[in-house]
Amino acid sequence: MAEDRRDQHLRPLPDALLQAAKRESRGRLKIFLGAAPGVGKTFEMLQQAASRRDEGVDVVVGVVETHGRKETEQLLSGLEIIPRRLVDYKGHRLDEMDLDAILQRRPQLVLVDELAHTNAPGSRHPKRYLDVEELLSVGIDVYTTLNVQHVESLNDVVAQITRIRVRETVPDAIVDRADDIEIIDITPRDLIQRLHEGKVYVSRTAERAVAHYFSPGNLTALRELALRRTAQRVDAQLLNHMQAHAIPGPWAAGDRVLVCIDDSPGSEALIRYARRMTERLQAPWTALHVETASALRRSVAAQDRIAASLRLAERLGGEAVTIPGRDVAAEMVRYAETHNATHIIVGKPDKSRLREAVQGSVAHDVIRSAGDISVHVIALNESAAETDRHRPVAPKGRLEAAPYLFSTLFVVAALGLGFVLDEFLDVRNIALVFLTSVLGAAVSFGLWPALFASLLSMLAFNFFFLPPIETFTIADPENVVALFFFLLVAVIASNLTARVRSQAIVASQRAKTTEDLYLFSRKLTSVGTIDDLLWATAYQIAAMLKVRVVILMPEFDKLELKAGYPPEDQLDDADLAAARWAFERDREAGRGADTLPGAKRLFLPMRTSSGPVGVVGIDSDKPGLLLTPEQRRLIHSLADQAALAAERIQLVADVDRARLSAESDRLRSALLTSISHDLKTPLAAIIGAAGMLKSYSAALDEEAKADLIGTVQDEAERLNRFIANLLDMTRLESGAIAPNAALNDVSDVLGAALHRAAAVLSSHRVDLQIAPDLPMVRVDAVLFEQILFNLLDNAAKYAPSGSAIRVQSWQDDDAVIVQVLDEGEGIPEADLERIFDKFYRAQKGDQVRAGTGLGLPICRGFVEAMSGTITAANRTDRSGAIFTIRLPVPDQKRPVDEAA
Amino acid sequence: MSAAPIRILVVDDEPPIRRLLRAGLGTQGYEVVEAGNVADALLAIAAQPPDVMLLDLGLPDRNGMDLLAQLRATDADFPIVVLSSRTDEKGIVQALELGADDYVSKPFGMQELLARLRVALKHRLQQQGERPIFRLGGLSVDLVRRIVTVHGRDAKLSPREYDILRVLVQHAGKVLTHRLIIREVWGGIADIQNLRVHVRQLRQKIEDDPERPAFVLTETGVGYRLQAPD
Repeated sequence: MAEDRRDQHLRPLPDALLQAAKRESRGRLKIFLGAAPGVGKTFEMLQQAASRRDEGVDVVVGVVETHGRKETEQLLSGLEIIPRRLVDYKGHRLDEMDLDAILQRRPQLVLVDELAHTNAPGSRHPKRYLDVEELLSVGIDVYTTLNVQHVESLNDVVAQITRIRVRETVPDAIVDRADDIEIIDITPRDLIQRLHEGKVYVSRTAERAVAHYFSPGNLTALRELALRRTAQRVDAQLLNHMQAHAIPGPWAAGDRVLVCIDDSPGSEALIRYARRMTERLQAPWTALHVETASALRRSVAAQDRIAASLRLAERLGGEAVTIPGRDVAAEMVRYAETHNATHIIVGKPDKSRLREAVQGSVAHDVIRSAGDISVHVIALNESAAETDRHRPVAPKGRLEAAPYLFSTLFVVAALGLGFVLDEFLDVRNIALVFLTSVLGAAVSFGLWPALFASLLSMLAFNFFFLPPIETFTIADPENVVALFFFLLVAVIASNLTARVRSQAIVASQRAKTTEDLYLFSRKLTSVGTIDDLLWATAYQIAAMLKVRVVILMPEFDKLELKAGYPPEDQLDDADLAAARWAFERDREAGRGADTLPGAKRLFLPMRTSSGPVGVVGIDSDKPGLLLTPEQRRLIHSLADQAALAAERIQLVADVDRARLSAESDRLRSALLTSISHDLKTPLAAIIGAAGMLKSYSAALDEEAKADLIGTVQDEAERLNRFIANLLDMTRLESGAIAPNAALNDVSDVLGAALHRAAAVLSSHRVDLQIAPDLPMVRVDAVLFEQILFNLLDNAAKYAPSGSAIRVQSWQDDDAVIVQVLDEGEGIPEADLERIFDKFYRAQKGDQVRAGTGLGLPICRGFVEAMSGTITAANRTDRSGAIFTIRLPVPDQKRPVDEAA
Repeated sequence: MSAAPIRILVVDDEPPIRRLLRAGLGTQGYEVVEAGNVADALLAIAAQPPDVMLLDLGLPDRNGMDLLAQLRATDADFPIVVLSSRTDEKGIVQALELGADDYVSKPFGMQELLARLRVALKHRLQQQGERPIFRLGGLSVDLVRRIVTVHGRDAKLSPREYDILRVLVQHAGKVLTHRLIIREVWGGIADIQNLRVHVRQLRQKIEDDPERPAFVLTETGVGYRLQAPD
């Protein structure tokens, strides 16, 4: 067992190797990390760039802010600068790094200052670090600068230290993936000195904060953060190196962290905490949201907050999961247990003691039931998290009158029944009838109508049944107690029933989704064409997510709109750009994504193991977030299912093609065999005979010479026929046969064919039986002559010398029949159809010369090219074969001879 | 063979074909001049126009068709026999329309080539003086009195049939394109099917076996040729 584990560790981890391999083709990223502005990051970067340039590296400046500093400007002057792109935004002219110009220029190294910069709206990427990603992805090295407060996971720590929250953040993944980080470190005292000398650029808006920001205490803390962050990354690099090189070492134990989030604004801080903690632990982590029945009543803003938190978790490298459940704490612990989580992070409750007593506290419940899982309760600094404490707004549907009206009717019905039963039963039993109506309201309409029914029932029961009747006063104190308990039972029952109902609704929604997915995957397995598949997919996504859908697939290096629901004809340029980006980078782009957020739609790649096969674009009229993470996962799973089906269809097509090409390979090899035989045999005879004639002419008598010369001529002619056949076959197969059809006289063409075949037919008799007044046929004379020649040649080959070959032609209804009959052995039944296959040669006696196996296939090809048919049969009157050509008689009347 | 031997210019880029032609034509006492491309051919013609030219259409420097057109546009009027491949009927027709006198398909027999050359040369020599009576086997055509007999019996030809036969006789042994015959007989206003119908009728009247014609031969895809009298 221990041995096993050791083995496993000694083998390089595939992921680590993969990452190393991925890095090879990417450009290298070097980050100059500083604790605060003014430490000299840009200066250091430029100095290093200058020395790289002197080494012969092709360096350009993508964007560098000098902030008017002389030394920096001087360094900059020696480097090639890519001019910035001017962007008009609401009347302001902003200049941004010209990404496309850099991509086109393709330097080896590009300098990009201020990694955390936010691009002007309308740029390809909203953030500069995404520009950098793109540069790296095409293999360009990048030098960039970054201050530690812009690192996403440190964002709120820095905010706590400096009381200034920086909005521009860079995902930790970017920092982690950097090939080099150089920390630009000066002591806080030197920095403050520089600040006083005016060497630190401070934007005007920040001026008031500067005094606080640059306090020695803050700077020390920031500096420590920067150093620690870098050290952490060095750890990660070391670990990665060890894994990649299978160095055994102390591995982080199988820690797994679960962070519980809800719709409170503090959730993001929890997620950042989880990220920092898991990085130290080198552990995977999951952000878990338990969707309770109350989710149905949650406000749009709250839903958005949850969605945003889950996305943040994904962005920070965690997994985002939503599960349904009633009891948040219990579900969370169950999830933690089933997924081997070792730590649970929850927020510290901010409820008053009273509310906590009434509603319970998730944190307390988790701690109580967590067993040996560590629970971290994190205090939420609400001011840092910029709370917008937000009471859930009642969904609009809740004030509908109908449920209350129907609940009232239930109570009225109960009242009616009560009057009837009052005759036979004790009055207290009537209470049960009312209770039934309350439960009915709870099952049908939920909590509030049920509570309403409870109250109404109590009043009605009191008014109509408890003496004194028809007053709200109660005479018997016993009845007061009964009425009180009635109300209590009614409220409790309403509550329980309504909760069950909510759960049922959530469950049935999920069941519906699951069923839809199942039906969809069933449907996908049955579609046979890409088009059907895409339409089905577009419809399914549109129906399940209530969005508009388009699907694009590549065609001739361009993405083409293939399907849409509702149908869509074309996309605007912004959408096409986003679609292309999503397809090429295999990542989301467009509305709500990091890239090209200006597009109208959000585009998601349809992924298969071999890369994206297309993109799905969605949009809807609903403002705000286009998709919740739940829906996002749903659409991803739909798109991926469709992609797999598309790949399957593609594979089937590929297999078909492969089979076809195997078939044509087989034919090709048959052709080669045939060619080598049919070309070499006559050539051998010719070369041999010619050689004899040249060298031994004197020794040969006249008869022998004549024989040899005859051999040369015969074999040369045979070779010629074979090559002509090959050429015809090639023309047929390449589709180069375009029959030049004209009205022709069968006997005319036949005469020409007989003329040409005279040598071949020298030892046979040819009988012609051409019906008089045979109509002309619409054929290509050249092809038709070749057909007849091949048939005559074939007959001469297979019929014994001296036998008769009969050619007959007559009209049969709307067709002209031409038959060639020989007196050979005929064709075996099994071969009647196959003799028209290429390179097929019918079995025959040894005395018959081999054919090329091409003559009859060419006949069939030519006849069919002229809309006729050709068939083979055996003679019934005697042995021998019959070849029958049917050619349609053209409608046109024979031309009238004006002079005859 | 009295004065100078007949000069034949062979224009072909294949040395084996040129060697074969030199040997074959030499046996008949022709003087053979060879050219491997259009430029050399033009030089040879400029030096001394040949009595007849054998022209391959596929040449390395320029299309043989261009040379043909260029020669016929100037006053070079020596006969030109084109060497072509069997599958190139359209090219043959085009060459004939451009003024080639005849064609031979590769691969060809030497006998066939010599026969074509003889016909081409004969027509040049006899252009003005048509022989009044043409005889071919049992067929005799009196072009002056417009009388056609087969085995001594009068063949009753319609005017059109006679005109077709006359054109063929005037160019006996030479291939005539459908278009040329139509132009000569109908003045250009007819189609090939019309011509085919008439040729069929003509064969019925003059051939011994109309299904296997001995006189009016079909050059499939090109036109007709009247068998040359020996």
